[in-house]
Amino acid sequence: MRRLLGAAAIAAMAWNTPAAFAETPKDTLVMAHVIDDIITLDPAEIFEFSGAEYAGNTYDRLIGYEVDDVSKIFGVVAESWNISDDGKTYTFKIRPGIKFVSGNPLTAEDAAFSLQRAIILDKSPAFILTQFGFTPENAKEKIKADGDVLTIETDQVYAPTFLLYCLTATISSVVDKKEVMAHEEDGDLGHKWLRTAYAGSSAFKLRQWKANEVLTLDRNDDYWGEMPVMKRVVIRHISEPATQRLLLEKGDIDIARKLGADQLAGLEGNTDIRVRQGEKGAVYYLGLNQKNEYLSKPQVRQALKYLVDYKGIEQTIMKGKATIHQAFLPKGFLGALTETPFSLDIAKAKSLLAEAGLPDGFNVTMDTRNTAEITEMAQSIQSTFAQAGIKLEIIPGDGKQTLTKYRARNHDIYIGRWGPDYQDPHTNADTFARNPDNSDDAKSKPLAWRNAWDIPEMTKNADAAVLERDAAERAKMYIALQREHQQVSPFVVMLQEIEVIAERVNSKGFIIGPAFDDNRYYKVTKD
Amino acid sequence: MTSGSHNAAAGRTGWTRRRLPRPIGVVLGAVVTLGLTFLGLLTVTFFIGRVVPIDPVLAAVGDHASATAYERARVELGLNLPLWQQFLVYVKNAAVGDFGESVLTANPVFEDIKRVFPATLELATLGTILGVLFGIPMGVIAAVHKGRWPDQLVRVFGLLGYSVPVFWLGLIGLLLFYAKLDWVAGPGRLDIAYDYIVDPVTGMLLIDSLIAGEMEVFANACSHIALPAIILGYFSLAYISRMTRSFMLEQLGQEYITTARVKGLSETRVIWGHALGNVMVPLVTVIALSYASLLEGSVLTEIVFAWPGLGQYITNSLLQADMNAVLGGTVVVGTVFISLNLLSDLLYRLLDPRAK
Repeated sequence: MRRLLGAAAIAAMAWNTPAAFAETPKDTLVMAHVIDDIITLDPAEIFEFSGAEYAGNTYDRLIGYEVDDVSKIFGVVAESWNISDDGKTYTFKIRPGIKFVSGNPLTAEDAAFSLQRAIILDKSPAFILTQFGFTPENAKEKIKADGDVLTIETDQVYAPTFLLYCLTATISSVVDKKEVMAHEEDGDLGHKWLRTAYAGSSAFKLRQWKANEVLTLDRNDDYWGEMPVMKRVVIRHISEPATQRLLLEKGDIDIARKLGADQLAGLEGNTDIRVRQGEKGAVYYLGLNQKNEYLSKPQVRQALKYLVDYKGIEQTIMKGKATIHQAFLPKGFLGALTETPFSLDIAKAKSLLAEAGLPDGFNVTMDTRNTAEITEMAQSIQSTFAQAGIKLEIIPGDGKQTLTKYRARNHDIYIGRWGPDYQDPHTNADTFARNPDNSDDAKSKPLAWRNAWDIPEMTKNADAAVLERDAAERAKMYIALQREHQQVSPFVVMLQEIEVIAERVNSKGFIIGPAFDDNRYYKVTKD
Repeated sequence: MTSGSHNAAAGRTGWTRRRLPRPIGVVLGAVVTLGLTFLGLLTVTFFIGRVVPIDPVLAAVGDHASATAYERARVELGLNLPLWQQFLVYVKNAAVGDFGESVLTANPVFEDIKRVFPATLELATLGTILGVLFGIPMGVIAAVHKGRWPDQLVRVFGLLGYSVPVFWLGLIGLLLFYAKLDWVAGPGRLDIAYDYIVDPVTGMLLIDSLIAGEMEVFANACSHIALPAIILGYFSLAYISRMTRSFMLEQLGQEYITTARVKGLSETRVIWGHALGNVMVPLVTVIALSYASLLEGSVLTEIVFAWPGLGQYITNSLLQADMNAVLGGTVVVGTVFISLNLLSDLLYRLLDPRAK
């Protein structure tokens, strides 16, 4: 009902041409976004899309990569780095002359402290660092500062880019040790304070965060790098996309960040608005629980991959918001496989089902989060499954509710979206193609575990890929891994996400990067 | 929880001696009622919160966290304790006004509510004032002209307000008055240009800007609140006018009205003085309940108008299983209902000569 009325309201917008528009201040970038996912501003804890974007604009890391070509890694806080011959010790020379907004100089000590702190606090994203063998106990011994040099020692010889990419992640942001420790309470390394405060050195600094309302950043006038033109960036939480569109057309915001397919279609032909997009790393997939007697048959898994209308979904439900992609590594990652061997093929699926001894299909359920896009995709899949005799029952639920069930392996099929945690291919291989322990009380519970897919061999291959030091060789290993995975896995990878923004034509330079913390504001200008 | 019967005094004009009840008894009674009601409220919400099939740890650590990070968060949230122990801890803290920290905003729940509630209070109060100012006269007119065109007009107008979803009405309102005609400001409480000018004192922008003497900010805030307030006002008008009409019809059929007319009182006096005077008693309850329901935060209105109020806060927390915030919010809503009921009880005693 609500959707229907929303559609009616949007239809009514067709006759709407804003009379006059109120401009936003020239030196302020105003965006409408959905930022209710921000639950913390501490880079050691941030693991949410909007939070990562905040940290990307306000904190510097040791190194970064080009957003157009992620294989090009460059120094940020680190002026240069090298890796020891035995491949276990990384040394970074810290760039002189960088200051935190507090006025404290940024030193190797701050860089070491930031990494140690993240490991000791051990919040959700900490595994990005601890996977190199760091523990709260040994962090201070393995990560050391000496003069202007930072030394990091890993437990094994890894592919060099593996550690380097992990150092570009939000959790590796450099925080101001003096400032943070001045706010320490009960040995929390300033965590409670930094959850809502700021201690960084980058292009923008925090002005104010009002949860679910607004996030305001001011330009850091002492910034050491390329000075932003905008003096202030205001990110307003506007959860209703129709409202975002109204504000944009009226000129009360410069950029609308969360518009639906219908709003975007409605903006076509408006010469005041420009729509831009960039590929993001998240993939949409179906997870087939191997505890289910039907889904555990290899032919059934294969058949289901021929029972999704990839093209139809891409061109209607997810128009402009996703492209077809069928491997677990998203385009843009080292070793990403771009082949798409599957398309809707009912006859092929039927013969596979017959081979599996299920010529008349079977009944199965799918846990579906109740957002418009996911629900519509589920309905499309329901109808194509039905053509091969498979009765799919959609169980709608709130996001957290369906996720809780999925994490407990109580689903049949789960329709999900997975975003990479850092820019190295291991991030997705680790979860889609590794399952070290398939028992119910396993310590690590990757996506392969959630779908009860027991793969000792593939786990070994994935582990080998992360140790390969030659990048070309490593890419080959991932391609081989994905080719096998694509055919045999209980994952029907369907689409890769695209991020779309709609901006007023006078606003230019907003950077849409491949990861969520790569969306940058410093180049934005307004005529 | 409603305050007594809706049947107004019959056969009397209601202008007899007013007698206040003994204050101490009332206060004691109120305190006991309050305490018990709160305990009930806490118990029910707490246990509902624990049986919903949502893992509250997910709100704190997200989906990608490692097993150790997940386990630590579970312990930090106290979810490893037996349920009854969790409940005791919760009640003990709640008794001293500590609702814990919101997982989602990283703030104490109390601080969050202090921030979001004034936004809702401002909007709901304006909405209710509009609803009362227009709803009561419309209801009276409809009753007096029962069955004729003014009655039909009021009925259709009211029905529209009551049955058209606020969400849709809000969008259309924005489209027309904001985008097309430019009469009001857009979603949000204030233009960006006026941010950070006025220091929050009450949290209600209209009042804060007046305190600071910033008339420009005041005007801008008025322009922002006008449309959502009118829409909420319309909604409450629809309810109040319908109730007023039915109460009035009941009164107009009473003998004392005939007596008053026979005595030669003017029709105006009979209707607006005598009949309406008696209707005020049940109307107070109606208005209080309508006000309370707006104070819960009209979620859809808040979403359409990007109004950072209580409704969005509680809904969002609920969807994310941020139980501290949900429980804190529920207690606030409970307090609002209970205190408005107490207030209408009190007014009832003042207005109704028979309540002693």
